[in-house]
Amino acid sequence: MYADWPLLSLVIWTPIFGGILVLFAGDKEPSGARKIALVVSLITFLMTLPLYTQFSTSTHLMQFVERHEWIAAFNIEYYLGIDGISMPLILLTSFTTVIVVISAWEVIQYRASQYMAAFLIMEGFMIGTFSALDSILFYIFFEAMLIPMFLVIGIWGGANRIYATLKFFLYTFIGSVLMLVALIYMYAQSGSFAIFDFHHLKLGLTEQILIFLAFLVAFAVKVPMWPVHTWLPDAHVEAPTGGSVILAAIMLKIGGYGFLRFSLPITPDASAELDWLIITMSLTAVVYIGFVALVQRDMKKLIAYSSIAHMGFVTLGFFIVFRIVNSGYGEQGAALALEGGMVQMVSHGFISGAMFLCVGVMYDRMHSRQIADYGGVANTMPVFAAFMVFFAMANAGLPGTSGFVGEFMVILASFKASFWIAFLAALTLILGAAYTLWMIKRVIFGEVANDNVAALTDINKREFLFLALLAIAVLALGLWPDPLVDVMHPTINNLLNHIANPKI
Amino acid sequence: MTPEFIQPDLMPALPEMVMLAMTCLVLVVDLFLTQEKRGFTLLLSVATLALTIAAVIIVAPVTEVSSFGGSFVLDQLAVILKISICAVTILVFVYSRDYLADHDIYKGEYYVLGLFATLGMMVMISAHSFLLIYLGLELLSLSLYAMIAFNRNSLSASESAMKYFVLGAMASGLLLYGISIFYGISGTLDLNQLSSAVNSQISQHPIALGFALTFIVVGLSFKLGAVPFHMWLPDIYQGSPTSVTLFIGTAPKIAGFAMTIRLLVDGLGDLQVDWSQMLTVLAIASMAVGNIIAIAQTNFKRMLAYSTISHVGFILLGILSTTANGYASAMFYTITYAITASVAFGVLLVLNRKGFEAENINDLCGLNDSNPWYAALLAIAMFSMAGVPPTVGFYAKLTVLQAVVQVDMVWLAVVAVMFSVIGLFYYLRVIKVMYFDKPLPEQTTTIKEALDVKVLLSANSLGLILLGVFPSGLMAYCVLAFS
Repeated sequence: MYADWPLLSLVIWTPIFGGILVLFAGDKEPSGARKIALVVSLITFLMTLPLYTQFSTSTHLMQFVERHEWIAAFNIEYYLGIDGISMPLILLTSFTTVIVVISAWEVIQYRASQYMAAFLIMEGFMIGTFSALDSILFYIFFEAMLIPMFLVIGIWGGANRIYATLKFFLYTFIGSVLMLVALIYMYAQSGSFAIFDFHHLKLGLTEQILIFLAFLVAFAVKVPMWPVHTWLPDAHVEAPTGGSVILAAIMLKIGGYGFLRFSLPITPDASAELDWLIITMSLTAVVYIGFVALVQRDMKKLIAYSSIAHMGFVTLGFFIVFRIVNSGYGEQGAALALEGGMVQMVSHGFISGAMFLCVGVMYDRMHSRQIADYGGVANTMPVFAAFMVFFAMANAGLPGTSGFVGEFMVILASFKASFWIAFLAALTLILGAAYTLWMIKRVIFGEVANDNVAALTDINKREFLFLALLAIAVLALGLWPDPLVDVMHPTINNLLNHIANPKI
Repeated sequence: MTPEFIQPDLMPALPEMVMLAMTCLVLVVDLFLTQEKRGFTLLLSVATLALTIAAVIIVAPVTEVSSFGGSFVLDQLAVILKISICAVTILVFVYSRDYLADHDIYKGEYYVLGLFATLGMMVMISAHSFLLIYLGLELLSLSLYAMIAFNRNSLSASESAMKYFVLGAMASGLLLYGISIFYGISGTLDLNQLSSAVNSQISQHPIALGFALTFIVVGLSFKLGAVPFHMWLPDIYQGSPTSVTLFIGTAPKIAGFAMTIRLLVDGLGDLQVDWSQMLTVLAIASMAVGNIIAIAQTNFKRMLAYSTISHVGFILLGILSTTANGYASAMFYTITYAITASVAFGVLLVLNRKGFEAENINDLCGLNDSNPWYAALLAIAMFSMAGVPPTVGFYAKLTVLQAVVQVDMVWLAVVAVMFSVIGLFYYLRVIKVMYFDKPLPEQTTTIKEALDVKVLLSANSLGLILLGVFPSGLMAYCVLAFS
């Protein structure tokens, strides 16, 4: 019944126009603006569900395709479609936006309508990024989402917000403009901006390496990979809770998605040639950033560094495939690494979002993010403590939670490539547990540290609601990841077939 | 034997004649109006521009038409640019009204001079001989000098007018010098004949041609404001009354683009290898100097002046690619830049009140708190200038970069985008001031809400997004102009 509906367009434009509606609802009636925002985000979420239920797992071809001429002079099309890589991320986006709207309900008092509108408009842009199949369309969504995020951090952020948000915007922009030049270059070669035409475009090795590096700058900043990660802790610390959640849960994933959609299929030979570079950067993120996380005093900063470390797993999983194939394990082993990276992305979306929400819940009461200001929160907020400990366990990769699945798949696959890579990657199981649980020990457990903690009240129904929703997602994905992995299979296999053939 | 007088076809020049007649009418009618009725002058001036647009559409030819012995042409390029200039000037006139009234310079002469300047620009656009180009240019420049000095009591305005006059005269001199050498070589002022003369002489007089070309390019760079001939621009932008800055910053850019195309492409197309190299240097220097120095500015008008310089660099990128595609993209860039700049200055004009001259970036502090709507309009313009999608500025940059990459100058595209990242910083700072800072205590911003200004300004700013999402229409016209 949904076959002829332009479902993707609907899920992109409903939140954008809904956001504009919220904007016009104005600040005079913030409760009305909140209600509209909630309704819009819920409708959008419900509309993304058919993308999953109607999704066919028997083909690697794009589904729900919409293709219209847009800018004829440059052969730019309004071309949308999803496959097994983008569909889970779209669901993640619409789910997370609902959570963010609920989480900001009473917390944001200053210009609430603008806050809600920014997140709704951002949701539309992010879904657009995941579903665009024309590279200029992709680029427009990719860039446009910076504007609302820039404003969210700058308006509702912490003390040092202006530095953080300018850094965030400039870092991301500098990466993406190089990508733009690469896209235009490929357009000059192929006469089309469609991503699939780029996939099949013959390119020499030097060209491929330059294009690969341009994409690398764009996506590595977004992921973020060591050593271009420094904007992330700043942005996370200063952003309001909702901003941190969207940033960690969705925006970082766009970098990972870009590697799968652009770098690997467009420049497979350069990727094979330079995989050592990505693997080194990823392992550095996993090990070095893990140690950096250990010494943080600010909870948000700690989670930000833990995000970087976890995203290192994603990029490791994506780029270790060449070594796995070369070691004679074939595409079956390589598929494990790619799927592991994908699962890790989705799982990290839930877990890091939940961790930032937990910090947000405490911050709303204490107005401090410093670990030293807390201690013994479990005594005064037992329900909350249960949630936070659960999410911390997931962050540390406890089996049974979604955090375990992705990491385990990537480590398992890495063993096929090299023992030492797998060894270094596996260090995260120790480091992750160390920095997360040590923080939990200092914040949640122990004696009540001070009067402020003693005065804390436990979470209300609204806070319970969004934490419970996330906990269910984390647990479900951890216990039964098949529904997620199954939808990816055909796409991942096709991708591996594609990159196995040299383009030169 | 006396040469036979051939009656020229007057139809192609109908818009100019309509405008001239109407402008004289405005001049006379204004004499009989009291200060309270000054609004009628504005109405009549806008009607003049609207009528001119209508006349342009009526006489719009399918193919190129030339008249007056080939020195006046009307082609697609001219039609589109004339319509753009008149439309932008309408915006300028409406936005300026309250500012002029607040500063006691709400006089009919502002509009009459503005109309004469517009007439000069229209002549420049259609001119196809050195003589007519120069006539149009001087009509524009002389009107502008007077407009800047219009506020007699303002010292900075007088200084700006003087500076502009001296430097403008020098630039015209350089241009004339180049023209005279070309005349000496080819014996003609007509661009078509010049083109064939250059073609046949290029092997005999390469040095003389290159010498003359240099002066032409320098003269053009002066008028466009390309580095290193940009020094007048920031001072004039800052010193002029904001209503005049708005005018200088918008429509004349379009005319300057037309003059560049007429001279370099139509007239001196055979020397394109030479001027393309010169423009490359000018473009890189403009983007570098414009973007870097703009960072240090605290005066909003001055910052926009440096931003203009950097945009001129981008426009030159399109022209120096020497392809039809490149010219079309430069044309798109110029028109959309003029529209964008009119939003930026328009919002600044709205913020002006009696006794308070809003011109520093800090004057915009906390605009989102006091007036979120105008803050949003200005933010859209800033993002558009920075080239962030979905605004039209992104698309303009995309087309220019595409033209550059097409002629295998990927390195130049990389240089351009790097400078636009630098440029992004100072546009973001304006947004930062409006959205993240709190209003200063002395700013009790009560904005005079003239409905017509608000509607036009909103349409103008939202048009930047609309054009960014649906650029095909305008782009198709730009491509048509060079096909």
